[in-house]
Amino acid sequence: MTTFLQQLVNGLSLGSIYALIALGYTMVYGVLRLINFAHGDVYMVGAYVGYYVSRRLQGREPSIGSALLVMLVAMVVCGILGILIERLAYRPVRREARLTLLITAIGVSLFIENAAQLVFGPDPKFFPSLAPRADFHFAGMRLTSEQITVIAVSVLLMVLLRFFILKTRTGKAMRAVSFSLDAAKLMGISTDWIISVTFALGSALAAAAGVLIAMQIPKIDPLMGIPYGLKAFVAAVLGGIGSVPGAVLGGLLIGTSEVMVVGYLSSTYRDAIAFGILILVLILRPQGLLGRVQKEKV
Amino acid sequence: MSAILEVRDLSVSYGAIVALKGVSLSLAEGEIVTLIGANGAGKTTTLRAIMGLVRTAGGEVLYRGAPTRSSKTHQLVRDGLVLVPEGRIVFANLSVQENLEMGAYARRDGGVAADLDRVCALFPRLKERRRQTAGTLSGGEQQMLAIGRAMMSGPKVLLLDEPSLGLAPIVVHAIFEAIREIHRSGVPVLLVEQNANAALRHSDRAYVLETGRVALEGPSAEVAANPKVKEAYLGE
Ligand SMILES: Nc1ncnc2c1ncn2[C@@H]1O[C@H](COP(=O)(O)OP(=O)(O)O)[C@@H](O)[C@H]1O
Ligand SMILES: [Mg+2]
Repeated sequence: MTTFLQQLVNGLSLGSIYALIALGYTMVYGVLRLINFAHGDVYMVGAYVGYYVSRRLQGREPSIGSALLVMLVAMVVCGILGILIERLAYRPVRREARLTLLITAIGVSLFIENAAQLVFGPDPKFFPSLAPRADFHFAGMRLTSEQITVIAVSVLLMVLLRFFILKTRTGKAMRAVSFSLDAAKLMGISTDWIISVTFALGSALAAAAGVLIAMQIPKIDPLMGIPYGLKAFVAAVLGGIGSVPGAVLGGLLIGTSEVMVVGYLSSTYRDAIAFGILILVLILRPQGLLGRVQKEKV
Repeated sequence: MSAILEVRDLSVSYGAIVALKGVSLSLAEGEIVTLIGANGAGKTTTLRAIMGLVRTAGGEVLYRGAPTRSSKTHQLVRDGLVLVPEGRIVFANLSVQENLEMGAYARRDGGVAADLDRVCALFPRLKERRRQTAGTLSGGEQQMLAIGRAMMSGPKVLLLDEPSLGLAPIVVHAIFEAIREIHRSGVPVLLVEQNANAALRHSDRAYVLETGRVALEGPSAEVAANPKVKEAYLGE
């Protein structure tokens, strides 16, 4: 039982990371009906921005404050990166065929991965420790301070996001845009602006996830976005792409099942489980757990 | 009579399909003008082209005397050119209240609260259901919401695309009453309808659109008396 609870905590911690990334996929899909394949790479850039900021802060005592600063800078930089990706790559082809958009997204992803190898170097880097670390023992379980940070920060960000989407004028406009781009324009909503905001938000959340995972692992490399990006994408599909609560649920489920499979079966299946789930979802419930059955957007 | 909205020789193509072949029409202050025509005649395309939602192949649209070519849809809306689209397209995932808020999204003036009161007075049912998700409303209520939402935008010109489509006669009556009420408050209306009977009764002038061309235009009473119109659109 204790082992199970321990695995559950580990799973929820990993799942929070997937959830943070999945939110970006689902929000962008919501407004553009586009799978932003470069999203996992934005997450990787977030980890690297965190790495370079941490290096500058080194010499100082590790503290919660500096950890927050690192995360904030990574989120802002990636938010801007997200806006640029949309402006420069997606906007010019937005009216073209869906396939064009898809190929563009794959191109952006390859571009960022290769540019990162050039700029950051292809070898892994070790993420410096940012906050004082400690282990907490509770009912026979071991909780690391990193795990607690991951869960606390994720919950905080998701609560903030939820508030933003449900209560603010811009958040409501985002929901309007995701229902119908044309109808939103007819309300006087600048849909280009809303799309930019969506990319900024999604990318900032991915950056937060990047820093959180880098603190834990703590090894980062230019291709680290691929597996996390793919699993978070599966999480978004599992939850129902376009659905914000779905992305969170999907992330937690994927993270938990991955940890359980590794813990109880074999680590060989670490990556297989996510894709097994993807195939099952596509066969049994293509709209995902919380997704609406949607008409094709014309 | 100076036109607040003028469409000159407008052409639109969807790939190989030519939807509009040089449509001209105008709307002046104080008018209700109707645009009638069979399914596929190009009515919706005309309205979407006016709003900048489809690319035009030729011709121009003048709103308050100025060409709209360089304005984006949301800017036209902010300037008071407002469309209630075909099929209503209320935001089904938002509450009734939030839909009305979206109508006022771009408003900077202080008239929002007063307009909300007007909408609630005109459509008491929306007020009752303001916390409900718009997707749970009936078709008639959704049309009321779509019109209410447009009123919240503070329109200076209101375009409506088949507001009566698929609604029960009693609801159609309420919708037309609402349109007249908006018109009485000083907003000129361009009304697209397949329901030619009601549209001709409620308008000052009419245009008949046939396969992308204006086939006939004139005062609504004259158009309604035209034998061809009687046969083709009024079912007499
Ligand atoms: N998105 C589109 N793609 C291709 N053809 C279209 C599209 N929208 C309308 N059409 C065609 O343009 C013509 C005019 O359509 P529309 O403006 O919707 O007519 P109406 O509103 O009078 O029924 C029709 O032949 C229709 O098939
Ligand atoms: Mg139509």
